[in-house]
Amino acid sequence: MSFDLLRLSAESALALLEDGEVSTRELWDAYRARIDAHNEELNAFLTLVDEPDGDGVPIALKDVISTHGIRTTAGSKMLEGYVPVFDSTVAARCKAASMPVLGKTNTDEFAMGSSTENSAYGPTRNPWDPTRVPGGSGGGSAAAVAAGLAPWALGSDTGGSVKLPSAFCGNVGLRPTYGTVSRYGIVAFASSLDQVGPVTRTVRDNALLYRIISGRDEHDSTTVEVPAVVLPEGTDLNGVRIGLPRQLNEVEGIEPGVKAAVEAAIAQAASLGAKVEECELPLSVDYGMPCYYLIAPAEASSNLARYDGVRYGLRSEGADFREMLMRTRHDGFGDEPKRRIMLGTYALSSGYYDAFYGTAQKVRTVIKREHDALFEKFDVLVSPTCPTTAFPLGARSADPLAMYLTDVFTIPSNLAGVPSMSMPCGLSDGLPVGLQLIGPQFSENMLFKVGHALEQAIGFDPAPERLR
Amino acid sequence: MAITRDEVLHVARLARLELTEDEVGRFQEQLSAILEAVSKVRELDLSDVPPTSHPLELANAWDDDIPHVCLTLDEVFANAPDREGDLFEVPPA
Repeated sequence: MSFDLLRLSAESALALLEDGEVSTRELWDAYRARIDAHNEELNAFLTLVDEPDGDGVPIALKDVISTHGIRTTAGSKMLEGYVPVFDSTVAARCKAASMPVLGKTNTDEFAMGSSTENSAYGPTRNPWDPTRVPGGSGGGSAAAVAAGLAPWALGSDTGGSVKLPSAFCGNVGLRPTYGTVSRYGIVAFASSLDQVGPVTRTVRDNALLYRIISGRDEHDSTTVEVPAVVLPEGTDLNGVRIGLPRQLNEVEGIEPGVKAAVEAAIAQAASLGAKVEECELPLSVDYGMPCYYLIAPAEASSNLARYDGVRYGLRSEGADFREMLMRTRHDGFGDEPKRRIMLGTYALSSGYYDAFYGTAQKVRTVIKREHDALFEKFDVLVSPTCPTTAFPLGARSADPLAMYLTDVFTIPSNLAGVPSMSMPCGLSDGLPVGLQLIGPQFSENMLFKVGHALEQAIGFDPAPERLR
Repeated sequence: MAITRDEVLHVARLARLELTEDEVGRFQEQLSAILEAVSKVRELDLSDVPPTSHPLELANAWDDDIPHVCLTLDEVFANAPDREGDLFEVPPA
């Protein structure tokens, strides 16, 4: 039996399995054959699993998700040989749903980056154009789904690491409301922002996977009970109020092809019955990036203090404990974690704490309030996920600040703690354009509803042209 | 807003991070540019604004106190660079 793995949804794969039209082994072997054919070029997977464990639809997991007995590197030399002795909650929930893990996908080191070029194991390439980045940090999961190497995957999103790669690779990527998905067993980056989310080919697949991984977890005290997930149906958007924040839609630097695809999607939404109106996020966009690049590095500098060469991970030689510690951290961390550790340590250090970290936390309140106020009037805010499509490898890697600006549209809603989703809305010069949908806290069902309606109306073909 | 060479060395010491001469120069330049950009947060009047440390208004997550099976010692040491008996072995302080 042959499958169109570039277009097969996980939902359809599940139906084939349940109807006995295909066996787990056949499905697994089909994905493995595609991985064998394409992974050398794309470098989407860092570690492959040899035998399926479970009789459901296979899944790929970003390599910051701890998997019992399966190497978990976080894209870092620091964890090159690290094999977890426990499962993260999301991995355990996938296992409980009988989903065999195909392998672990590439990521910027410790999920720090916007292009997957910061991985210690080499960059991942974009299946639509291998001279371009897949976005980051979860470029491996996004490329794997886009190239048909996996039916769906999990990523993690701190400043946009699910949304951005989903936009660049033509996938549906959800960054759920903070607290709906357990962080237990996720390699920690910035704890008040980190959130695991599904990377899929369709909006319904996204809802299905979100249903599996979300919910209160006794191992993570920041998790909460989650409203029942409703699988979206139909295309009626009557009564849905959509806001277009001017600062995310009408600013310089948005590529014309991106703007055109997003405007076409907005027109579709209106024709399906949604009420569309312009609105303002006066401070959230301008101050989001500066706020994020203080809070996230501050939390990272604390979280990454655990890599000390004692309990697990790399150890370098040193004459005494302190020398061993400092050399281990020098040798194990790449440039980006080093920069963020330095920046965060500086922002938290005596004399600078109030001026930087404390101030950024207040700005976060301003951003949260701006979003909350808009959701009095709107159900969903819409914008491009990123001002550009996928950029060429190397284009931003020499200038950290230019790379940070890639996330300018994905950061504000993350700081506000609200959910958001990127979905493909068309092509610009042959590259996917991401549409970002943002809702109030716990509004995932509304994002799925609007996303599904638009997906049906747009009819985006998720198969990269060069692989068809 | 520029960061001095001494500040780079001071922060690296606080973070227990050894840096090569080349890294000190590179990070001084890059961190100066980044600090310049993030200093924008100081433009706003925030005198009446409380800080947000967490996006949800959660207080006291209670769970029943149920004993769980914990990791075995062999599991705990499975990824350790060096072990002596039931202790992590490290170079002398």
